[in-house]
Amino acid sequence: MDFSTTSTLLTWMIFTPLIGAGAILVLLALRPLLRQALLDNLARAIGVACTAVVTGQGLILWGGFRGADGALQFVHRLVWIKQWSIEYFVGVDGLSISMVLLTAAVFLVAAIASVPWWGRLDDAHHPHFSKKKVPGYWILFLLLETGVLGTFCALDFFLFYIFWEVMLLPMYFLIGIWGAPPRVEANGRVRGGPYAAIKFFLYTLAGSVLMLLAMIAIYHNSGPSTLADGTASPHSFNVMALTQMFRDGTFAGASPIFGLAFAQAMFLALFIGFSIKVPMFPFHTWLPDAHVDAPTPISVILAGILLKTGMYGMLRFNLQMLSPAMVWAAWGIGILGVINIVYGAFVCMAQKDLKKLIAYSSVSHMGFCLLGFAALTPQALTGCVFQMFSHGIISPMLFLIAGVIYDRAHTREINGFGGLAERLPEYTGITGLAFMASLGLPGLAGFVGEVLVFLGGFGAADQGFRVLVAVSAIAVVITAAYYLWTMQRMFLGKLNEKWAGLWDMNWRERLTLYPLAAATVILGVYPAPIFNLINSSLHQVLSVVSVTLHAGR
Amino acid sequence: MHLEHFPLGLIPLLPLLGAVYAGFFGARLQRRWREPVIYWPAIVLPWASFVITVVAVAKLAGAGHHTALYHRAWSWLSVGSLQVDVAFQMDRLSAVMALVVTLVGSLIHVYSRGYMKDDPGFWRFFSNMNLFMFAMLVLVLADNFLLMFVGWEGVGLCSYLLIGFWYRETKNAVAGMKAFIVNRIGDYGFSLGLFLLFWGLFLAPVVTTGDPGDRLAAPGGPHAAPAVDAAEPGAPAAADTGIHGGAPLTSVTFREVQTIVEDPARRDGILGQRVLGAGLITVVCLLFFLGAAGKSAQIPLYVWLPDAMAGPTPVSALIHAATMVTAGVYLVARLHFLFAASAAAMTVVATVGALTALFAATIGLFQYDIKKVLAYSTVSQLGFMFLAAGVGAYWVAIFHLMTHAFFKACLFLGSGSVILGCHHEQDMRKMGGLRKLMPITAVTYALAACAIAGFPFFSGFFSKDEILWKAFDSGNLLLPGKGIALWALAAAAALCTSFYMFRSYFLTFTGTYRGGQDAGHGHGHGHAPHESPRSMTVVLVVLAALAVGGGWIGLPILWGLPNRFEQWLEPAFAGSHHLIESAHRGHGAEWGLMALSVAIAIAGWFAARWLFRDGKNPIPARLLASSRPAVRGVYRTVFNKYYVDEFYGRVFVRGTRQLSELLARVDRDVVDGLVNLWGSVGRVVSDVQGMIDAHVVDGAVNAIGAGSVRLGRSLRRLQTGRIQSYVFGLTTGFVILVVIGYLLA
Repeated sequence: MDFSTTSTLLTWMIFTPLIGAGAILVLLALRPLLRQALLDNLARAIGVACTAVVTGQGLILWGGFRGADGALQFVHRLVWIKQWSIEYFVGVDGLSISMVLLTAAVFLVAAIASVPWWGRLDDAHHPHFSKKKVPGYWILFLLLETGVLGTFCALDFFLFYIFWEVMLLPMYFLIGIWGAPPRVEANGRVRGGPYAAIKFFLYTLAGSVLMLLAMIAIYHNSGPSTLADGTASPHSFNVMALTQMFRDGTFAGASPIFGLAFAQAMFLALFIGFSIKVPMFPFHTWLPDAHVDAPTPISVILAGILLKTGMYGMLRFNLQMLSPAMVWAAWGIGILGVINIVYGAFVCMAQKDLKKLIAYSSVSHMGFCLLGFAALTPQALTGCVFQMFSHGIISPMLFLIAGVIYDRAHTREINGFGGLAERLPEYTGITGLAFMASLGLPGLAGFVGEVLVFLGGFGAADQGFRVLVAVSAIAVVITAAYYLWTMQRMFLGKLNEKWAGLWDMNWRERLTLYPLAAATVILGVYPAPIFNLINSSLHQVLSVVSVTLHAGR
Repeated sequence: MHLEHFPLGLIPLLPLLGAVYAGFFGARLQRRWREPVIYWPAIVLPWASFVITVVAVAKLAGAGHHTALYHRAWSWLSVGSLQVDVAFQMDRLSAVMALVVTLVGSLIHVYSRGYMKDDPGFWRFFSNMNLFMFAMLVLVLADNFLLMFVGWEGVGLCSYLLIGFWYRETKNAVAGMKAFIVNRIGDYGFSLGLFLLFWGLFLAPVVTTGDPGDRLAAPGGPHAAPAVDAAEPGAPAAADTGIHGGAPLTSVTFREVQTIVEDPARRDGILGQRVLGAGLITVVCLLFFLGAAGKSAQIPLYVWLPDAMAGPTPVSALIHAATMVTAGVYLVARLHFLFAASAAAMTVVATVGALTALFAATIGLFQYDIKKVLAYSTVSQLGFMFLAAGVGAYWVAIFHLMTHAFFKACLFLGSGSVILGCHHEQDMRKMGGLRKLMPITAVTYALAACAIAGFPFFSGFFSKDEILWKAFDSGNLLLPGKGIALWALAAAAALCTSFYMFRSYFLTFTGTYRGGQDAGHGHGHGHAPHESPRSMTVVLVVLAALAVGGGWIGLPILWGLPNRFEQWLEPAFAGSHHLIESAHRGHGAEWGLMALSVAIAIAGWFAARWLFRDGKNPIPARLLASSRPAVRGVYRTVFNKYYVDEFYGRVFVRGTRQLSELLARVDRDVVDGLVNLWGSVGRVVSDVQGMIDAHVVDGAVNAIGAGSVRLGRSLRRLQTGRIQSYVFGLTTGFVILVVIGYLLA
């Protein structure tokens, strides 16, 4: 295989955070020599510096990426475990580049949000997560970034699986330890960080098991391939080689599983694994719990990035690798997407906790990705990936906003506020912008993805998608209703005197929210930078699918 | 259509700069430098837009009939066959809209300086007003549906922000929310209409004229093939080159859509498509009309507009009377070539318009809040415009849009002047006799009322009379008797209009002042109403002049006079001209109707004067006090706006909330319940396994262990260390072995 560009940039990007985590470990070893405060500050400095370096590397990547090319770029390929034909194989194309850049940016934002700069954050009753077990937090935080970047860049199935699992563990601890302490709810259920963390962990792990099985099955049925050093191998984990084998009919002889053709069975196993991460109805209920009890920056990463790994997996494996089965499954995925959109929106409306509402809005908005993914038209697929990106900047804003008020009031009960606009005008303004972006106001980034998904979905080869679009567009009204209603209950009306002592945004919060807000506006009126990155690759993938689509009719 | 370059983008850009300036820096600057630092840029920038618009229109007027000014800024959403630019276009229709918006908008900005004086949110007000100007100008100047949608929702956002401007009152905030959500229902129609149109054009078979056998559609049938193309990367090229002379296969640009629809090779294929049992174009038009009904407050989506009066009065004048609410009419006029192609859609538009005109007018008869009267009047007048658009008289709809912008802005600003003069009193029962105290306001209000009532030679006369005539003479409607029934509804609405307008005039300005008694809630200034400052009255005078004379550019052809306005717009609507049919009712009927509408206007005026001139006529009070159930029932029903709000609240609002509560419970107890159940099952299983492990598996191990211990213990008993025992065992064993050996042998 020839690649247009080879580079170690991605490897540096992936492992820079890991190096930082190692450095913090070294510091921990020196604990007897350092004061606790110094140790904490050094850990924070290393953490922020690493994410900043990764962002810088991301900018270099962006500058060097040729969008019109559509092929893999910045490839770094080495043999890892020769006996099992496992390689270290990373690279980016239009399917992944936007997510890599998003990851770099969102982790930087989350890192800034994890530092207790500027502001009264806690009191005796409400210790702030950012001052608790600081070195451990940053080690896990950086490990998480390595896992996520690796997931988006890995092009060896085995390597992908490893990175996928690497994401899981830090998240578990970050929610469980730095999240909300356990509490007993009115109905006697025990909720809180540990519960949410275990739920998240087990749920995702269940998906991973299916993925693991599918990976092994595909490996064993795959044909011979050539490794990076030129040695021949009887099987392959190379995603690109496997994709080619699926197109060449290498797997045609593989035995059916439970009455499904091999490709279809693999499709289902992988799809379920990925859909838990998206999250797709009915596998979404871990998300609200995880969000409500995670600390703010972790929610930011969870909504901004981790959900996209599921969607990315679908693009890379279900769509690109298993394209024949994609056509077979499209209709069902479309329906599930619509359920996500409409059901999520309705459930949002009934929420009383601001963070839970935002979490369910993620369910609804990721449904747009599913719908666009299933429609298989150029507009819808571009809309899907753009929606991944725009949701990746809008939902972090929303979670940061929820964090701002929680840091001050130590509650997120929507009905408990009222009239905050009078006391916190700047915060009200930025909240209004984020809400408008999320409800898809034209001119902001959320609209671009939404309208492309809808318009593209309407033109799907299967005219049934017109019904799906018509139904899911109802969510446009419901979304406006729940956001504006929230706005009204929290910010408008008479000021609830209980909150007369609240103060407006501080610089740390501005530093995280304003860049995201600016990106929302800029990409809303000028989305071309993202289109230029993604469109060629997406349409190449789609051309393969549409051949099947055509043959199938 | 011939395109000429002109930097049209500047027209919306300037107010946007003003909005950004006041929005980001206004609060601090206002604290430091007081109000002038806010209002000067905020007022000057819209005027600058107006000047640029005038220059553009002058250029347009000097160019050929089918010329449009064009400005492409950058590519916005370009994926496959979808090519959307941020591009502006000014044809003759947009030119009228842009002139009205910038002129009336700038005047209202001037007025607002006095009206909003000393409001702590002064900067926020002007920021939002400038933002509105930006959005509205994008709406009217956009060259494609999606950019228009930016303005379309942008004006909705500004409307939301400004209705809830005094947000400390929950009522105002709720009114803003209601406006936005109801508009979103309309936007649902707008979006679906656009999608259907876009793909309808794409999928429509292309036919060469005159040879039905020669279909250029790709093999596999007209429906299957293009759908596959849609999913191919090559689609953009195919769609862009198109088949006929460079026209694309499909588009979202108004210009190109019109070219495609009018292309003889495409037209039959497009019109022949059916969706849900109706023609494609009919469904598309009805969906767009849903959008228009939301924005322009028509049945069934009119409910937000009366509540929108919660905003400051200049907002009501600008957004909820003169400009934004007319966007729906503009949309229908912009899509005249689609609407005219569907008699069913035309009938629906005209019928809804006529019904709304009368329905809202009857509610207006009984309102006491001066702004509510004007709000229902606006709904009613918008109905007139839709009636005109529905019968294919697009230039008349735009004509009435323009005259309405003048006289209704004047009325609203007059009411604002009254409200300010009366220290924020809006109930007309507490006014009266203000003519002496506020002479300029009174005169301008009276002139504008004459205009809206349709007194001869006032602007409203020309436009409204033309609407009534066009409705009467329409040959396109699918109703029995063609347009006569709609004409009757509209004529009745015109009678109501004249009556409620003069009722509001007489209640407010004549008789004796009734507000003195309880006005003493200590504002620190005199209780007597006072005339408004110069900056406001100047605007009233200018608008009153326009309300009186603005109609003379569209004089009736019947009088043998030149109708400049129709001539100006004629090229804009040329594409649908041949589709609009007349019922040929003749000049005699037209003269007769004109006389009748003058009579209607005078009758309304006379009745109002008789009942309300001095507040001494006992009839209104007696009617209100009537104990006859029929009278009371009618009065209460109409006064309560036919209980439509209550109905919507019960059915839609509560229904939606109950559904959401239900789904949230399902999510928590069923979907998540299953997950937790699964978790619990896992725990129970593991507990059981733990028990098995502890008691059976480990029990077995322990049992073996314990058994061997026990065995050892019992075996130990053998090892007693006494020699006799050993000898006894040895002997016994030997004997047993001998016996066994003997038996076996």
